[in-house]
Amino acid sequence: MKLSRIVITGVGLTAPNGNSLAEFRANLLAGVAGIQRREIRYMGSQLAGVCDYNPQKYQTKKEVRVGTRAGSISIYCAREALADSGLRWEAVAKDRVGIYIGCTEHGNVETENEIYNISKFNYDTKFWSHYHNPRTVANNPAGEASLNLGVTGPAYTIGAACAAGNMGLIHATQMLRLGEVDLAICGGVSESIHTFGIFAGFKSQNALATHADPLKASRPFDKARNGIVISEGGALYTLERLDDAQARGAKIYGEIAGYHVNSDASDYVLPNPTRQAECVRAAISRAELASRDIHIVNTHATATPLGDIQECEAIRAVFGEGCPDTFINNTKGYIGHCMGAAGALELAGNLQSFDDLIVHPTINVDDLDPLCALPGLVLNQPRAVAKVDTILNNSFGMLGINSALIVKRFVP
Amino acid sequence: MTKDECKQVVLDIIADIAPDEDLSNVKPEVRLRDQMQLDSMDFLDIVMELRKRHGIEVPEKDYQQLASLDSCADYLTPKFDALTGKS
Repeated sequence: MKLSRIVITGVGLTAPNGNSLAEFRANLLAGVAGIQRREIRYMGSQLAGVCDYNPQKYQTKKEVRVGTRAGSISIYCAREALADSGLRWEAVAKDRVGIYIGCTEHGNVETENEIYNISKFNYDTKFWSHYHNPRTVANNPAGEASLNLGVTGPAYTIGAACAAGNMGLIHATQMLRLGEVDLAICGGVSESIHTFGIFAGFKSQNALATHADPLKASRPFDKARNGIVISEGGALYTLERLDDAQARGAKIYGEIAGYHVNSDASDYVLPNPTRQAECVRAAISRAELASRDIHIVNTHATATPLGDIQECEAIRAVFGEGCPDTFINNTKGYIGHCMGAAGALELAGNLQSFDDLIVHPTINVDDLDPLCALPGLVLNQPRAVAKVDTILNNSFGMLGINSALIVKRFVP
Repeated sequence: MTKDECKQVVLDIIADIAPDEDLSNVKPEVRLRDQMQLDSMDFLDIVMELRKRHGIEVPEKDYQQLASLDSCADYLTPKFDALTGKS
């Protein structure tokens, strides 16, 4: 069976260091991080990546009040992606549009808020909000986007821990190829900085970053890395079948070349480099490429002491020697770990390399951990390269879910 | 509490739950739903905020009493007065 070619035609995002693709990319090339201190309920001041997009650009004040942060981020990113796509939205058949949004988790924020709320009323549940259920259902972020956009096609979230951003794009590719929809709005979002539980959980796991300087706190591959900086954010894309995109003369950012998803089946939280390597190899194979054909590898590394080493082990196994044109980077030094949005945002950060032939660096590596040393690792300064025809985006998550997505330069 | 004060209590709540609405010219005799965007969840918000802010309970059978500002005042003023011990 010949599969349809799927292309990216629009990008909408909000990151802790930028509210558009252009701003985000410029900051990645200029080494501008976006981490700050933030008061977290019960925990005091913590490091976090906070987005400052304007929700009122696409939502009424009431929509913001009734909805969730993840819903608001989804709406902002979806509307920005659609505007970027050049689609005449009023002419699009809304029942042929799918919204597929990856989430690490959903519902923690609102549940914590309601428990805090009723704690002020002696835990009397008659003060529990009637909005709790629509806010906490797992499809909430995609559902809010469907309400805002008037999309009547399928709109749901994909729970895949921190592999979820990639999963949104992968699932959209599958649905477009199956002919289930004609346009997909897809990617991932995170509202995780609004739940103390995520912070407390990572802290109890000894996996929450600390640093005197917030901008230096997230430091994958550095010897002094000491954990994750939790961030919010989102990146949603418009994906279309190539013939549809060409028929309307769409700008094409890149083409989905290959992907793979697998599971470690080995531990709740510890990564498994063998399965990660299998996942990456399978994605490369599906793309009908060899390891040496991959020009940018965006790593998932979250700056935990063990996790970074294990991913590097996986990458070494796949790329090792013999890949002189392969460059490796990481985005979390700038924006922290955007959880369900991570994969989608990190892909966006590299997408423009097809045009400018620059690989953005991994920042905050003052002292490279020798166990994270890899050929082609781009550290601290952007690197101009001869060619960028392929980007491999790794995203891995708890319970051992691995995703690898390959986007290639569009060549008609 | 006067009925006008009671209407202001309700308007203050509506200002928070429907922040996009212009409340400068709400007609007290006209159903709230007919002059602004309020749905059933918003009316539950009004009930919740009366409970939270003022300790007033509105049982479900009486929800229709909240239809307009006038009907709110007629229904709620005695409840406020009962709370403050005023007959």
